[in-house]
Amino acid sequence: MSMDTPLDLLKLNLDEIVFVKLRGAREMTGTLQAFDSHCNIVLSNATETIYELVDGDLKSTTKDSEMVFVRGDSVTLITTPSE
Amino acid sequence: MLFFSFFKTLVDQEVTVELKNDIELKGTLKSVDQFLNLKLDNIECSDASKYPHLSSVRNIFIRGSTVRYVYLNKNMVDTNLLQDAARREAMSSKN
Repeated sequence: MSMDTPLDLLKLNLDEIVFVKLRGAREMTGTLQAFDSHCNIVLSNATETIYELVDGDLKSTTKDSEMVFVRGDSVTLITTPSE
Repeated sequence: MLFFSFFKTLVDQEVTVELKNDIELKGTLKSVDQFLNLKLDNIECSDASKYPHLSSVRNIFIRGSTVRYVYLNKNMVDTNLLQDAARREAMSSKN
């Protein structure tokens, strides 16, 4: 009977790998450890990808971190990664 | 309240904060409040040559809204406890 809100769906992704799109042409993939109603999240074994245009060419740089807190106001979407 | 409690468990640990203006600061987390404002002690800038104005600063207050990431070490976090807390938070915030 419980009403499922969008954030309830996120609960099913706890301890699973998620793909997070962020402001400023950034993305992050990692294991979801926690989230709240502001979309503040904690990811473990995360890889951040930053996309940049350098002289008209799309460049991407990646950065790994074992545990990271992401502030919710940078988050634009959270989904499961495409295979 | 989940992340307020979470950061309270990290007090006195060394964290790296990345701000939305790309400045990265490493320091000891001294305190946190409900807005996730942070106080860091003994900070060092990851790229001091780029931000010389920060090289003389040791202790700093960071407005929570300017934070992009906080990097932590794996061993600072009990992931099972954190996931359970997140589940409970998701339950309780549903009205």
